[in-house]
Amino acid sequence: MTLLDIFLLVLLVCSALATVLIRSLLRSGIALAFTSAVLSMIIFRLNSPVAAVFELSVCTGLISVLFISTISLTEPRTRDEKLQHTKERLRKFWYLPFILVVGGIILSQINKTISFPLPAPETETDVRLVLWNLRSLDLLGQIIVLLVGVFGVVILFKEKKK
Amino acid sequence: MNSLFILLPFFSVLILNLPFRAVMKKLALRLGLYLSMVQIACALCPTFFRFSNEFDFTSRFFKFDLAVDGLSQVLLLSIGIVLSVSFFMARTMITDEEKIFNFSSLALLLMAGMNGIVMVTDIFSLYVFLEISAISSFILIAFHKDENSLEAAFKYIVLSAIATMLMLIAIALILVVSEDTSFSTICLETQDSAHIVFLMFAVGIFLCGLLIKAGVMPFHGWLPDAYSAAPGPVSVLLAGIVTKALGVYTLIRIFGFVLPLNHSINQVLLFAGTISIVIGALAALGQSDFKRMLAYSSISQVGYIIVSLGCGTLLGLAGAVFHLFNHSIFKTLLFVNAAAVERQCGTRNMDKLSGLASRMPVTGATSVIGFLSASGIPPLAGFWSKLIIIIALWACGQYVYAVIAAMASVLTLAYFLYMQRRVFFGKIATDLVNIKEADFGLVVPAIVLAAITIGVGLGFPIFINTFVLPVMNSWKG
Amino acid sequence: MILESFNLFWFFGLTVIMLFVIGLYYVLVTYNLIRVLIGLEIIVKAVTLLLVVAGYMTKHVALVQSLVITLIVIEAVLITVAIGVVLGLHGKNDSLDARRIRNLKG
Repeated sequence: MTLLDIFLLVLLVCSALATVLIRSLLRSGIALAFTSAVLSMIIFRLNSPVAAVFELSVCTGLISVLFISTISLTEPRTRDEKLQHTKERLRKFWYLPFILVVGGIILSQINKTISFPLPAPETETDVRLVLWNLRSLDLLGQIIVLLVGVFGVVILFKEKKK
Repeated sequence: MNSLFILLPFFSVLILNLPFRAVMKKLALRLGLYLSMVQIACALCPTFFRFSNEFDFTSRFFKFDLAVDGLSQVLLLSIGIVLSVSFFMARTMITDEEKIFNFSSLALLLMAGMNGIVMVTDIFSLYVFLEISAISSFILIAFHKDENSLEAAFKYIVLSAIATMLMLIAIALILVVSEDTSFSTICLETQDSAHIVFLMFAVGIFLCGLLIKAGVMPFHGWLPDAYSAAPGPVSVLLAGIVTKALGVYTLIRIFGFVLPLNHSINQVLLFAGTISIVIGALAALGQSDFKRMLAYSSISQVGYIIVSLGCGTLLGLAGAVFHLFNHSIFKTLLFVNAAAVERQCGTRNMDKLSGLASRMPVTGATSVIGFLSASGIPPLAGFWSKLIIIIALWACGQYVYAVIAAMASVLTLAYFLYMQRRVFFGKIATDLVNIKEADFGLVVPAIVLAAITIGVGLGFPIFINTFVLPVMNSWKG
Repeated sequence: MILESFNLFWFFGLTVIMLFVIGLYYVLVTYNLIRVLIGLEIIVKAVTLLLVVAGYMTKHVALVQSLVITLIVIEAVLITVAIGVVLGLHGKNDSLDARRIRNLKG
């Protein structure tokens, strides 16, 4: 496991923390997109390129765009409410840095075992063949879920014309 | 041929969305009704499934691993009955044509999802169809988009998503130990596995996720809101079959047939089930909303099923499956009556209702039958299943739990009789003098369901022989 | 056999646990409905990472990739429906504060 993997993992946790701790909702959505991108890189390092591409395109692209458009559609709160709310939240989340410091100390103790190579995977069978032949029921499920999503969008997003 | 149960509703929804709008809108509800009745017919004759293995023509195109055994057959029958009742009700309760079209399509997709759950042989496909059913039910709860139903739908979404994530973590951990995700492979690999602690950890997480989905205490937070705030036909669907297929059936399947049952899991099931029974019955006492009281009573009855599973014996399994079927029948009946009362009187508040039976005789009579079956009075169906559960508890040595279950049954009976007397019998309230009996679409399902309850209760040996006994064949307790 | 190589992977396990705890805590604590959905998304990422790591350890990379693809599609639809419900709630109440939406009690 090289240093690059450890760096990516630490970056993932840090960006997740940033998503949680950032006060502005819009920037929180952008931090979520960044977290997805880092996760996609980690998945790519773990020899799963197809899953990484899906994660990048769907989670970073589609879901983050959905979040940012929702945040823009809903009205922001007034400034005083925002300040009050952030003070309360900082009071609740005060122990998260301590957890991080402890975790960092534990991580630094095992500096010696970094040089182990990851076990090499065997020759990979094609994901597309596996998906079509072995898990065709999941494919049917995906199609049905997409149909349900379409109906959900039609029902829930339609505004009644007065 | 088994895959037709999933493919037929799915293709019919696709056909319904073809551009012939005017024709399709009239066709939608009837198509749903006919498909669910076809499902009842198929589930009632066991020889259909023997044929289906010989004439499997869909396997030329796709390879679907679907299997129907005794347990799935009972569930398919319940799904068919509850769905046809819901389609029948929807005709009278939802008046807008566009909404009827949307409701039928979503209910058909929900049917495809639940049929998928009871027929799969693979733990990840189970998750896929679980999510299909769950997402369809979210949209159905928020159907009329008023404030209460949106709030209930949101609570349900969050809790259900957390439960699904817990189940997925368990699936990932099980995947480390076993090679494949299918039921047979998992069963083989986990029988005498060396990594027993790891496996027990994964199983514990899976159990937490399943208990949230089934609405067992203490993870029941979403259930009363979702049942009471949903529109009439959707409440019937939720209470009658969705919670059962998603939570309870999956519990029976995974912990009875796939993963090795352990003594500690039995203890957890017994404890959680007993808490559900007692606190569900007690909480139902303090409710003034009719549907909310029925929701807490549902939690209590599901507690009986879980307690019966916790015995770990064949008799416990039989009691659990029988009570599952009975509960879907009489709870659906009670929710149909609640919808009828709400529609005619305009309120669900029990403090304002009294003496309804003089104006709504059919609703009153069928609700009496439903409540008596729920409390376990002979010769109705609920009595036999509760008797089997209590005998199973006594036989495997859990005397305390058996006594608690029996006493909770008496408590339920006392409260239901009191509530019946107040709401349906007695003097009619002054502002309700002019109400009439509910419409045809709400009365006929109530009569049919009451007839089924009485019929199963009187002829229960036939029912047990054809439906419950085949379940025991592949029990790996 | 597989679990002896576990000690190499406890970095990944630690990351998964931390992500899950962060997401779950966020869901339980926050008031804003959209933040609840963001917390849910973080939990989903933790589970995706756990699945991929499990597949890597057992050398079933292709199988796990198809599982992850299905999972991502389903979660995208789930988030879409959840956002639809949140927008509906915003339209009714004009606020996204979960403390003000407490109609159903008891």
